Amino acid sequence: MKMWTAATALLSHWRRRPLQLGTLLSGLALATALWTGVQAINAEARASYSRAAAVLDQNGLANLVSPNGSPIPQSAFVRLRRAGWNVSPVLEGDYRFGVTRLKVIGIEPLTMPAQTNTVDLGIGGDLLSFITPPGMLVVSPATAEKLRGQTDLALRISDRMLDGAAFIDIGMAQRLLRREGELSRIVIAENQRSGLEPLEKVVPTLSVREPNAETDVEHLTESFHLNLTAFGFLAFAVGLFIVYSTIGLAFEQRRPTFRTLRCLGVSLRALAVLLLAELVFFALSAGAVGVAIGYLVASLLLPGVAATLEGLYGASVPGTLSLRPEWWISGFAIAVAGTLVSSAQSMLRLTRVPLLAAAQPQTWGRSWQAGRRFQVLAAAVLLALSGTLLLWAEGLAAGFAILGCLLLGASLLLPTVLSGFFTVMQRTSSCALVRWFWADARQQLPGLSLALMALLLALAANVGVGTMVSSFRLTFVGWLDQRLAAELYVAARNEGEADRLRTWLATKVDSLLPISSVDAEIRGQPMQIFGVVDDPTYRKHWPLIIGMPDVWDRVASGQGVLVNEQFWRRDQLRIGDQLELAGDWRAAVVGVYSDYGNPKGQVIAGLNALTSRYPQVSRLRYGLRIQPDQVADLRSRLSDEFGLPPGNVVDQAALKEQSRRIFDRTFLVTGALNIFTLGVAALAMFSSLFTLSEMRLPQLAPVWALGVTRRDLALLEVLRTLVLWLATFIAALPLGLALAWVLLAVVNVEAFGWRLPMYIFPYEWIRLGLVALAAAVVSALIPLRRLTGLAPSELLKVFANER
Amino acid sequence: MSVRSIAIAFAVTTMVSLSGSHAASEGFGDLGSPAEGFSVPRPGLLFRFPADHGPHPDFRIEWWYLTANLEAPDGTQYGAQWTLFRSALAPGEAREWSSPQLWMGHAAVTSSKDHFVSERMSRGGVGQAGVVAEPFSAWIDDWQMKGQAAPGADQLADLSLSATAEEFGYELRLSATGPLVPQGDNGYSLKSAKGQASYYYSQPFYAVTGSLSLPAGNVEVTGKAWLDREWSSQPLAEDQIGWDWFSLHLDTGEKLMGFRLRDEGEGYTSATWVTADGRPDPLPAAALKIVPVRTAKVAGRQIPVSWNVRIPSRGFDVTTQPLNDHAWMSTSVPYWEGPIVFDGSVSGRGYLEMTGY
Repeated sequence: MKMWTAATALLSHWRRRPLQLGTLLSGLALATALWTGVQAINAEARASYSRAAAVLDQNGLANLVSPNGSPIPQSAFVRLRRAGWNVSPVLEGDYRFGVTRLKVIGIEPLTMPAQTNTVDLGIGGDLLSFITPPGMLVVSPATAEKLRGQTDLALRISDRMLDGAAFIDIGMAQRLLRREGELSRIVIAENQRSGLEPLEKVVPTLSVREPNAETDVEHLTESFHLNLTAFGFLAFAVGLFIVYSTIGLAFEQRRPTFRTLRCLGVSLRALAVLLLAELVFFALSAGAVGVAIGYLVASLLLPGVAATLEGLYGASVPGTLSLRPEWWISGFAIAVAGTLVSSAQSMLRLTRVPLLAAAQPQTWGRSWQAGRRFQVLAAAVLLALSGTLLLWAEGLAAGFAILGCLLLGASLLLPTVLSGFFTVMQRTSSCALVRWFWADARQQLPGLSLALMALLLALAANVGVGTMVSSFRLTFVGWLDQRLAAELYVAARNEGEADRLRTWLATKVDSLLPISSVDAEIRGQPMQIFGVVDDPTYRKHWPLIIGMPDVWDRVASGQGVLVNEQFWRRDQLRIGDQLELAGDWRAAVVGVYSDYGNPKGQVIAGLNALTSRYPQVSRLRYGLRIQPDQVADLRSRLSDEFGLPPGNVVDQAALKEQSRRIFDRTFLVTGALNIFTLGVAALAMFSSLFTLSEMRLPQLAPVWALGVTRRDLALLEVLRTLVLWLATFIAALPLGLALAWVLLAVVNVEAFGWRLPMYIFPYEWIRLGLVALAAAVVSALIPLRRLTGLAPSELLKVFANER
Repeated sequence: MSVRSIAIAFAVTTMVSLSGSHAASEGFGDLGSPAEGFSVPRPGLLFRFPADHGPHPDFRIEWWYLTANLEAPDGTQYGAQWTLFRSALAPGEAREWSSPQLWMGHAAVTSSKDHFVSERMSRGGVGQAGVVAEPFSAWIDDWQMKGQAAPGADQLADLSLSATAEEFGYELRLSATGPLVPQGDNGYSLKSAKGQASYYYSQPFYAVTGSLSLPAGNVEVTGKAWLDREWSSQPLAEDQIGWDWFSLHLDTGEKLMGFRLRDEGEGYTSATWVTADGRPDPLPAAALKIVPVRTAKVAGRQIPVSWNVRIPSRGFDVTTQPLNDHAWMSTSVPYWEGPIVFDGSVSGRGYLEMTGY
């Protein structure tokens, strides 16, 4: 009963201050929401990667591969089986069914190890139609939809199949891909009998590729998810600032209640338990709201994320979200943990403060001075660390560490910088009121510093990420103009049609540029080799980063090849390096071109050099150079003459538009997260100002008593808020630019393999500044209304009471 | 893509003769008709060796089926089985993966306490499994039955046989002490009163030496073995649900092959008496009488493991006992197959196969 009375006494505080309760709960819920949303997106993506792994990589079994990337003769598989090895052959390749390009995975169902039961072919009939001509494709529902009317093969739909991939019998795969008698790899089952002849004796030319703990896709997308997680964490940290300041205030304000309760015989222990229970209750209820909002945010963002992952990495992630325990439990956990951490200081103070001591909020200020020295020291260490990492460390993790140290160091430095600035301003002014204004601003810093740091982080992240995205877009669009030089792109449906198309087009276009490629493994990485003809289009337009002066002559003659930027950077290639392309084909690197949006390495060789090594290379696609005014005419003639479906004839403008759309969709998520983070920062600012306004009466009352009207006081308050905001915003600009630079020159290079030039967009800053200003003004308004509406008697009470 | 579904598919197309009734009912629809381009056995054909040791891809099913009764120096009895099944999805052979031929291997070792089983599957056309008539070789993965006879000689007269699985393995050498024996009407073996038939010949005269490798260690063994060669396209009639098949080495040196195809009524029995010097004497239909003596619960079903086998016209009347009641072949198409001993008017050893229980 006594506990219950005490609890109601404690809780009555919130009834009297609903706004404070609202701030606390919404801060916590928002922070949890962003965190949960990001986690949900990550969990969904990871789940789809493991599905991809199951389909594409046989669930982490070891494989025998050819070290130089040349095809494996089928006889190696038979030799292994005859030696008793439990192995199964796989042939993979890309194949176009009409306009739909699929990753075709040829498997042998009788020997495929049992743990790769990705798709159950079902009983009897299906297995037989799978291995019997004309054959069957096992595809996802979405892929089946795309394939309708594009193939004569029977389709079997499986929900466990990955979009854009198809299982097919190995024999059919060899015929489709024109690679008869060839394998890409040989899967090694886990259960093998003992006493087998060692693999290196049975197949000396092959090497074992151990299963990767993470798949290629996981590796490639790691940076993206790290990015999202960083954003989620940033938002959560900003959210915690709110919780910290609100809880601090609530404890401070309830001190008289605590005192009374203790005097009435409630033990410190009971009091602590009650407060803790209250906090956990708040955390759980706000956490529930947060998880719900997080789910909403994630399901709004997921289609964009799916598009990004598809566009950037070719990773297929469904656009719908499922409720996975790993993220909603983590959402609750972090809400509770965050609440406890941010209330730890207040709880600790509760146990330390003597029973009858009066509250002295002003003493905070003094102890803060000491803390600030420590902050400056920490900031210096972090910034130095960031610089050191920049100079000497490598890798994506180092890139993010540089970012982290930079942001944290700079934000720790902020209060000191602001305090210094206010001190200087105070010293240079002569008017007493102005001096008070600056001194008071400085006096407010301890209470506001966390909110200001949060604001700095959010603003800097906005400036940095905005600069990065805009720079990327500008570069990308310019690059597209160069790269997509042909006016019309056309794809034949089969080789026979391609032959007729070539003959027919020969007299109708200025030049015909075949787009032929093969999949190969170069330096142990899967990549594509493209073949190009010698044409002025390439000489004039192709976006080379560096190259020998006669680079196109060398490519045309077959002596040299071009590599894309990501391959060049990743493998630290130099011009003149010899590449082993396939079998005995070796060629020198003669140039490097930029290739944005492609996760993998790529090589461009002369078409003749390519076709002499890969006679079976597909010759279905062509770029056509014609006068721009003839595009529409040729288009319609192509569809009249050959009956090509619209998807097989694409003009340059449409292709560019499509690429741009993918690009914009890609960064939609980043933009959305940016706005959310800013929103949380604004809330933090609001809650801090709100908190302060409650405590500021003792500071304002004397000034009021000296004759400054409440209206002027309110005006000064607004002015002070604006000054604080402006100072933080100005500090955020260089920090944001530094952030953008690290993103473009360090993180992007590590994550994607390309380095982008940095462009500056001051108009975007102005827009951001206005948004932040609005947030600052709104956050100042409510506390201000309280101040102007304050009865003089309240101000007078300051002199009458201690509090 | 589970092994099980593959196996069931295999069963549906091929293993009807070995399979349970549900698979049979699915499969008979196909197998009942001689159509679909498969050849059908006709009476009056003479075997041509060595060619007929090899595969007959125009027929739907075929097997190379070896069973051995073995004994360790201390008198411990063992049984060993090695079987290669061929099953055609369509008649004929084609190159590489286009081959419509499927292959399945079964290997087993039976002792009075244990019964080890292993199974292999393969597509035809690429060399993972197959049979070559001369020099004779039948294989699936690393399991192999290989002719050791000189070119021109009877390719099945001298064989090496090996199979290795995770738990067990064996290496045996088989030497024939008698000739090949055609079953039924000079190799044309009727399977029902309605005329379903197969081509069928045996080599029942192998003397065996070799070793078994078992979890407890290697065991040197000697004994007798029996090879059955059979191919057909429609071996069972529609109402037949399984069979009980005996291959008996009589202590007199004579051999007896007998089977009963079970149906709703009396069933269809057939037997061939083989003299010690290898002359076959096909017995008229219904000359063989078999009656279960004892059943045992094996793999959740009642199986007649002990039989009374009689041929009244020859005064033959014996009772068989299994070496191990639980000689259950837990392969994708399960059946009972194990060594037996018999006593009565004459004693001896042999093998019993029962399907469709």
